[in-house]
Amino acid sequence: MAGNPPTAAETPARWLIRGVTVPGHGEVPGNGEQRSRVTDMLLGGGSITAIGSGLNHSGARVLDAEGLIALPGLVDLHTHLREPGREDAETVETGTAAAALGGYTAVHAMANTDPVADTAGVVEQVWRLGRTAGHCDVQPVGAVTSGLAGARLAELGTMADSAARVRVFSDDGRCVSDPLLMRRALEYVKAFDGVIAQHAQDPRLTEGAQLNEGEMSARLGLAGWPAVAEEAIIARDCLLAAHVGSALHLCHVSTAGSVEIIRWAKSKGWPVTAEVTPHHLLLTDEFAAGYDPVFKVNPPLRTGADVAELRRALADGTIDCVATDHAPHPVEAKETEWAEAAFGMTGLETALRVVHQAMVDTGLLDWRGVADRMSVRPARIGRLTGQGIPLAVGAPANLTLYDPAAPAEAVVPAGASKSRNTPFAGMELPGRVVATFLRGAPTVLDGKLA
Amino acid sequence: MKRHLISAADLSRADALLILDTAEELAGLADRPIKKLPTLRGRTVVNLFYEDSTRTRISFEAAAKRLSADVINFSAKGSSVAKGESLKDTALTLEAMGADAVVIRHGASGAAHRLAGWVRGSVLNAGDGTHEHPTQALLDAFTIRRRLASGARGAGLDGLRVTIVGDVLHSRVARSNVLLLSTLGAEVTLAAPPTLLPHAVASWPCAVSYDLDSELPKSDVVMMLRVQQERMTAAYFPSVREYSRRYGLDVARMARLPEHAIVMHPGPMNRGVEIAAEVADSVRSTIVEQVANGVTTRMAVLYLLLGGTEFPATEVPATEVPAVAR
Repeated sequence: MAGNPPTAAETPARWLIRGVTVPGHGEVPGNGEQRSRVTDMLLGGGSITAIGSGLNHSGARVLDAEGLIALPGLVDLHTHLREPGREDAETVETGTAAAALGGYTAVHAMANTDPVADTAGVVEQVWRLGRTAGHCDVQPVGAVTSGLAGARLAELGTMADSAARVRVFSDDGRCVSDPLLMRRALEYVKAFDGVIAQHAQDPRLTEGAQLNEGEMSARLGLAGWPAVAEEAIIARDCLLAAHVGSALHLCHVSTAGSVEIIRWAKSKGWPVTAEVTPHHLLLTDEFAAGYDPVFKVNPPLRTGADVAELRRALADGTIDCVATDHAPHPVEAKETEWAEAAFGMTGLETALRVVHQAMVDTGLLDWRGVADRMSVRPARIGRLTGQGIPLAVGAPANLTLYDPAAPAEAVVPAGASKSRNTPFAGMELPGRVVATFLRGAPTVLDGKLA
Repeated sequence: MKRHLISAADLSRADALLILDTAEELAGLADRPIKKLPTLRGRTVVNLFYEDSTRTRISFEAAAKRLSADVINFSAKGSSVAKGESLKDTALTLEAMGADAVVIRHGASGAAHRLAGWVRGSVLNAGDGTHEHPTQALLDAFTIRRRLASGARGAGLDGLRVTIVGDVLHSRVARSNVLLLSTLGAEVTLAAPPTLLPHAVASWPCAVSYDLDSELPKSDVVMMLRVQQERMTAAYFPSVREYSRRYGLDVARMARLPEHAIVMHPGPMNRGVEIAAEVADSVRSTIVEQVANGVTTRMAVLYLLLGGTEFPATEVPATEVPAVAR
């Protein structure tokens, strides 16, 4: 999508961001040497109009950004906004507010709403709700199959041609498990530069599955969700993508085995991309020991060895990006027995802090790498033209100001999201999102909605 | 103060021996004309049963009544549960009624654990899904000790070889027994088709065999598990007949056991599937004895949780929070 054009309400003020650190080229992880530069940045008319020290502009509002890092506005490839249908869990308004507070300027809204986003009408509705809310850009994802039923293709081309300009198609929540249907979907979207985002889960191997199949599931007596159920589909789909020469994106990759397959597919030059969630970068299946369904998610939390490999893969680019899989649920969906509870965790408001802890504090990724994995690459995979552009004069003024030195604070579940099912509640995470700008207008200032 | 029995892993060797010794003490009561003690007078025990289980419910009811507790039976059928009330709301209701202990049987693994977070009274796990059934393991250990380890106070099951046979994957009885019997020093072997063993069974404190016949001559105890009807049609094994041929305990297999060995089954049995009628009714069989011992053992647990002192079972099921991956 071309990005939502600025509306009259969000254009007027110019902003001078003073003394901000722009992560520079050549910054080495673990190396104390900072080649990032500290500079001023002037925003006006929806773009970055100047970068340099000692900038002065009368009439501009000034934001003192000393000690803050500027990242291009974050882009989420995988968000469940729940509207239409489950407005008790989240709405476009509340979900995008949560996104802005987390530093996002664009989110991809998954198709598993009610009704399903499988027609031009529904995707346009979601897109318009996003424009009205105004907290960030909302790019609808279209369903691959009608009603997510896995039986016949939804009208992919019509959704692509609609005002919502859909390019990413996914049955997320369900796997397109029929290999022939998957092949056809991959082939068909080539006509309009689309990408199929697969939720890789063999349905037969995961009937009734509750938790990663391993020591924890054996001990807790919960039906196992084996790694092979993900890996088998990923292997098949990589082969299909190569065969038809079409773009495949792999949602929420969760196992070391998946990483190995993706690494191999990329080494062949095949058109495959992949994402990992913040929770799979930080948490393991051991968190299920107390049967608290806040840790129930699909794909499930895996082992420490998987977490380590996912981090390495994100660092070396085998996994292209971080995507939240923000999945809000009302309290009663989680205050229950494990097997009864809904799958899913919220993530928009904590994603950057989790990546800070899992990737930056461990020396695996520098801030420029974070900008690449959380903004530049997801925008490219999602075919967004006005998002994920490195901060430079003339670039759209989509940016996130982050305080990496903010003392670690325990996560409080009460945020802008309607739901409270964050697995990080009470955990101390570093950093703080201070401000978010969408096309030059602040959506968040001083950590609060502007 | 919260005191629960949710997993056999909650019990140290000393805890388990205290329960068995107390049960031994209480066993004498069964032979007296008046089988009742005043210990839990005025205390309320709720039997909260979400699954049909006549034998376990009656066993807990008899145990509580012999200790003079007031017993409320709350079964999922005909209650508000059938109208869709959540476990949490049911827990809050029981809490408001002043339950001192809740005995819960539930189809979901972890239900007892969740319940313990919502009520102040003691929670006794009477079977949660495919997770655990700790009082079954205690009564089995009690039975084994009486038959094969002289029943002496303070004695463990050291060196005794116990073979547990059948659907380990879905068995709460097997999980609790592996944990408790190994805590008490027994050498446990699981004998089952590979499809009915957990994928990570190698991490359990027991040995594993696919060949029942080779295990029998070395076994002091053979514990047969029930084959659930729904497994028979879900590709875990080709047919009931083949299962029975390879893993069923018939007369010929029983003859391979050492002279002193006993045959156990938690019930209810599928005669002719995992166990032949002649075996179930033989002198080696402890099946009826297990039922009687169930009442005694559950009395000991209730007594120690509610009435007695010094019961060292876990305070809260508050699970340690694992460290985030570093």
